[in-house]
Amino acid sequence: MRRVTLLAGVALVSVVVLLALVSFVWTPYDPVRVDPSARLLGPSAAHWLGTDGFGIDIASRIMVAAQTCLLVGVIAVGIAALVGVPIGIGSGLLGGWFSEVVMRVTDVLYAFPALLLAILLAAAFGASTWTAMIAIGIATIPAFARVARAGTVQVMASDYVLAARSCGTGRAAIAGRHILPNVAPVVGVQASVAFGIAILAEAALSYLGLATPPPTPTWGRMLRDAQTYLFTEPSLALWPGLAIAVAVLGFNLLGDGLRDLLDPKLREQAR
Amino acid sequence: MTSIPSDRAEPGVYEVRDVTRIFGHGDRRVEGVAGVSLTVHSGERYGVVGESGSGKSTLIRMLAALDRPSSGRIEFQGRSIGELPDARLGFLRSAVQLVFQDPRSSLNPRMKVADIVTEPLRSRLLRGRTDVPTDRSRRLAEVLDAVGLPASAARRYPHEFSGGQRQRIAIARALAPNPQVLIADEPVSALDVSVRAQVLNLLNDLVRDAQLTLIFVSHDLTVVRHICDTVAVMQAGRIVESGPTAQVYARPQADYTRRLLASIPTLPS
Repeated sequence: MRRVTLLAGVALVSVVVLLALVSFVWTPYDPVRVDPSARLLGPSAAHWLGTDGFGIDIASRIMVAAQTCLLVGVIAVGIAALVGVPIGIGSGLLGGWFSEVVMRVTDVLYAFPALLLAILLAAAFGASTWTAMIAIGIATIPAFARVARAGTVQVMASDYVLAARSCGTGRAAIAGRHILPNVAPVVGVQASVAFGIAILAEAALSYLGLATPPPTPTWGRMLRDAQTYLFTEPSLALWPGLAIAVAVLGFNLLGDGLRDLLDPKLREQAR
Repeated sequence: MTSIPSDRAEPGVYEVRDVTRIFGHGDRRVEGVAGVSLTVHSGERYGVVGESGSGKSTLIRMLAALDRPSSGRIEFQGRSIGELPDARLGFLRSAVQLVFQDPRSSLNPRMKVADIVTEPLRSRLLRGRTDVPTDRSRRLAEVLDAVGLPASAARRYPHEFSGGQRQRIAIARALAPNPQVLIADEPVSALDVSVRAQVLNLLNDLVRDAQLTLIFVSHDLTVVRHICDTVAVMQAGRIVESGPTAQVYARPQADYTRRLLASIPTLPS
């Protein structure tokens, strides 16, 4: 059963990655060229998923949008992990009032609405893929800091860290040798789940016009465009919606699957 | 070997004077260790017995400078260690090594045995000390051999070994920096009864051959009797009785010691 979750996650994520990779070298049509003579066509052999209100091939647009979605996920999760994990490990390693202050600051960040941050950045620098990625990344830092801190505190309480301290091993060596390898699996799981959330957030920001500007295709932007025809051509909203659902579900299942695979307690029982 | 706690003529390896360790404050103030004094002489096998929560572990953590006393004085080879910063404890860190109760938690599951055992030799404080072996691979082979593990063990991970073998790995790590004092905290309590005797005998032999000083903590009186020549009985953070093992076991003075001894299960004859 646990394997099924992991495999389903891998399969769905692979679909998205494959779409993005193929779109670099080939798409059925130009994903940004407007063709007024081919507006709102239904699915056919020429246009598998039909065309939208601008006459752009929907399948091509969906494929290219997968690139943006993965780029946002990678950069946002990268920012969050690169900042959040050292904060969490440092806080767990040093302890004391410093650690408390750091974690309360991340709590405040956690409570700060990510949407407001995205609006602020978009207002200051103009809405772009970068402002969305940075906003999502910053908003995700606390999640990584918490996970890393919890793992660090657990490792610091272990006898092998006590043994390392008793022979004079320095803090940096303890962090690199004992904490990082033991925290890495939970951070990996967190990264997969955060990836899904980042995709969803990017779609929402694109929909609101706070992320990637046109003509670059994104699934959120496609939803926004489809809104105009929601009652006459509901399938326009269906395809990007489905793509978002597949990507988010895929990364969530992948995260759950990895968690089950790596959870030492579950593994101990299985042995 | 004689042991008189107040023997000033022959200073011990460890001189502990009136050490107290307090946890928490206000209403939740707890004395983990309360006014403990003891002397451990060179070459002695010093047992500390008591039930869980009696302060044994807190005491040895302070002896290893992993925790600091709230008051009192701990001298190691004539040097006070209670208030020294970590960076100046090199002399203690190389001379005193620990073996913990459960090798499942005292060995990092993600490190190979070779890296675990040589970790003390690579530590910031011990690197470059003249009393610590510098040839790591040679020392690794020596200590693995000393604890009865094959050289091929070095390339494997802890989970590939049985509980008794894992404790041998932990002992090999403790021996690596060539220590003078071994502190063993319930080293066989987490092991199967069938391998306890093997590990105890190994410890016994190693301590004898390398002329180590052993501080052996246990709740198990029979084990302590088997290993130690001096014993201190702890209850609620205090030492209620101490002296040569044979004497304490034959003629216990404190009520608590008598009750502990009476609680040893014996087979009906």
